Amino acid sequence: MATITETKPATAVLNNDEILRYSRHLIMPEVGMEGQQKLKAARVLCIGAGGLGSPLALYLGAAGVGTLGIVDFDVVDYTNLQRQIIHTTADVGRKKLDSAAEKLKAINPFLNIRTFETKLTSENALELFREFDIIADGTDNFPTRYLVNDACVLSGKPNVYGSIFRFEGQASVFATEEGPCYRCLYPEPPPPGLVPSCAEGGVLGILPGLVGVIQATEVIKLILGTGEPLIGRLLLVDALGMKFRELRLRKNPDCPACGTHRTITKLIDYNEFCGIRGEEKPVEAGIPEMQVEELKRRLDAGDDLFVLDVREPHEYQICNIGGYLIPLGDLPKRVSELDSSREIVAHCRSGVRSGKAVGFLQQAGFKKVHNLAGGILAWADRVDPKMAKY
Amino acid sequence: MTKIHIPTPLRQYAGKQATIEIKAGTIGDALSGLISKHPDLRRHLYTDEGKLRAFVNVYLNDEDVRYLQKEATAVKDSDTISIVPSIAGGAAGLTIS
Repeated sequence: MATITETKPATAVLNNDEILRYSRHLIMPEVGMEGQQKLKAARVLCIGAGGLGSPLALYLGAAGVGTLGIVDFDVVDYTNLQRQIIHTTADVGRKKLDSAAEKLKAINPFLNIRTFETKLTSENALELFREFDIIADGTDNFPTRYLVNDACVLSGKPNVYGSIFRFEGQASVFATEEGPCYRCLYPEPPPPGLVPSCAEGGVLGILPGLVGVIQATEVIKLILGTGEPLIGRLLLVDALGMKFRELRLRKNPDCPACGTHRTITKLIDYNEFCGIRGEEKPVEAGIPEMQVEELKRRLDAGDDLFVLDVREPHEYQICNIGGYLIPLGDLPKRVSELDSSREIVAHCRSGVRSGKAVGFLQQAGFKKVHNLAGGILAWADRVDPKMAKY
Repeated sequence: MTKIHIPTPLRQYAGKQATIEIKAGTIGDALSGLISKHPDLRRHLYTDEGKLRAFVNVYLNDEDVRYLQKEATAVKDSDTISIVPSIAGGAAGLTIS
């Protein structure tokens, strides 16, 4: 992790090259020279250089936010490119930080880009936030959401929030002095497993673009001190219906983070708070597993095996091993289609859903059921390398 | 009929519908009517003890019902109810230890 030594510049004077670059800002009264100097003096920390972080950092950099920090420890992979537009095909395998910093420097060489190759943790968050004025949350999981929120409340920095799922997004500005925080809106996270993640649920590629640009807009308004920021308002974006709705948020006087009797006075263990203990076990104990090599060998030998595919029909279209398709959600009402006297091997994409299916079938009295370990991804890796992976 | 907005993550438990119309006098009525039509929604909206889950917010028009009369809040046919669960998606692969 980089050490923080710089301090905020007292004044940010623009040179002639910068004046030309920002001329479309300078000629509008809402920004002007004063506003552009505020942008140059501002220090914004983006948490994550992924779907939301890409448009966020690109626009903040182009707009002339002087100091742009990025926290990330991931590398670019092919499945990122559908939405993480700061990275290109040639960047696959590179650190997201290196890829993002290179693009930002190319767009605007006047930026001071500060990269932090680390996970954001309870141990480093407050120290990282100290050298920035505004925090933009582009993360993808509940523990980090609550960590960012609490660290923003404790350090008195606004939390410019955006979140996405499939084709629906949320945006707001939390943790300003007068406004509510994320915990005022959601005091507790959902238990693990009850809400699907992006990796399970998918996301429309443009959606982080829409929501990340809303976040960038809010960051810039906060720096300029102009307009009406999304403080005390939750913006809901429905890309499919192309509807924007707005809900009123109130500061909860009983909020443990920002209320009148605060109980959160330091950062806590957010994985524990979100009910995540260590590595999440994808499959519960007591679920019999079968390896893909064994399935292949037994199918080739002509054994009487019934392959049950519990994915969704649109996933079946991407690739399949000829299994009988019953999506996990339909299994309870379609269980009568299965013959409990036959040996059943259930599979999904990676083995999580089919583990649940096997657990359900066991409870329903099926004795000869197996979960295909690693799902169709393992099949593609170890049995049929020509199969498409997703 | 009061219109209830179903958020994306919960649509799979509500016959894939984005909005559902329910005849109801209160927020509580509307939610029980919704659950009787779509029983799979119950465990997503309520805890085992029958309490509305803390990560699911219910709005009457643009106001959080926690700041009105909660589930006893009266609703009219012209009202819109929104169920707004917390979602965390965004950048991939960023988790904390």
